[in-house]
Amino acid sequence: MRVNGTVHPAPADPRRLLSDHLRHDLGLTGTHVGCEHGVCGCCTILLDGAPVRSCLILAVQAEGHELTTIEGLAAPGAPLHPVQQAFHECHGLQCGFCTPGFVMSVIGLLAQHPKPTPEQLDEGISGNLCRCTGYASIRRAVQRAAELTQG
Amino acid sequence: MASLFPDTLLRVKPAPFEYHAPTSIEDACALLGSLEDAKVLAGGQSLVPLLNFRLARPAHLVDINRIPNLNRIYEQDGGVVVQALARQAEVEDSKLVGQRCPLLGLAVRLVAHRVIRNRGTVVGSLAHADPASELPAVLLALNGHVVARSTRGARIIPAADFFTSVMETTLAPDELLVEAWFPASTGKYGIAEESRRHGDFALAGGVRYGDRLALFGVAPTPVLADPKDPTRGLQPSGDLEATPEFRLHLVQVVTDRLFAA
Repeated sequence: MRVNGTVHPAPADPRRLLSDHLRHDLGLTGTHVGCEHGVCGCCTILLDGAPVRSCLILAVQAEGHELTTIEGLAAPGAPLHPVQQAFHECHGLQCGFCTPGFVMSVIGLLAQHPKPTPEQLDEGISGNLCRCTGYASIRRAVQRAAELTQG
Repeated sequence: MASLFPDTLLRVKPAPFEYHAPTSIEDACALLGSLEDAKVLAGGQSLVPLLNFRLARPAHLVDINRIPNLNRIYEQDGGVVVQALARQAEVEDSKLVGQRCPLLGLAVRLVAHRVIRNRGTVVGSLAHADPASELPAVLLALNGHVVARSTRGARIIPAADFFTSVMETTLAPDELLVEAWFPASTGKYGIAEESRRHGDFALAGGVRYGDRLALFGVAPTPVLADPKDPTRGLQPSGDLEATPEFRLHLVQVVTDRLFAA
């Protein structure tokens, strides 16, 4: 599997979840793990460009696929990804635990709806939980990300 | 690469299983026909949580995701065939589904969240047969069918003969569900449900197609009901989220909503 542009072998144990593989085997701890059964959205990554829950995929299933984690969105020192930039500008985070998952889901949302309506926006982030309940600023961040993405 | 967390190096959640990734329907059927206690893995959005909780502990997992040309959505007999690896998001975005079977397009949007639908499959939802799931009720309301394959051949199973109990179907252990056929929904149609949170399984819901009403979340399987007396004979279970009485109330509410127009 190719993770953020680098090819890695799949783990030997098929029971290894993709989320655990990214964090523990590849050291990519930016992908957070909350509920580990698909509810919280913290572990969302891009699989062949589309957001998916990495806790609901076995790592062996990712063999031959292209993965992007939060670490792959912007190189150190390089400008942030527009969605990251928007979350930064609008303070779309409090503790930050849910943020990598939100950013990945929003990338998918804006690919589907470049100018999301309020309903599309709410629907698009409804699969990610923010326990700080900072949803108002997250909504603003998504709107700002849409502006930045359209340039 | 060395783990950053040596104490969790071997950390896994599911119980042990042997993993198989066949690359053809024939190979998948051969595996299902010869292995004891095998489970098919498609989108995994229901199965992997069960594995993670160790509520499901199959000896073998047959991952069908490497089988090519099993993800198509195409027209057949005026309706739409959805193959086993067509993701729910693909069905949601399908123009053909929107034209031929808009009821299916409407219903699939109520399944979990978009990120889940990017991976989850329509056929997997049917095979999983959760009684609170929307898609089995859609198949029943439309009188559609599924197609099962095994080394013994292919079998067409009408919706009315498929769902038998909570997460139980008439699929045999050696059979692979390869596609579902949803007839055209050209008459009056709709889906209504009530759930505690957006994306949750419904406490109760209904699917209307013409004069037909299929209910979900209120019996061990989706059930057909009389729109004029939808709660007759129902004995829904109660849980932390809803009492049986509340579920019966919701059945009336969604039926009124669906048949108001």
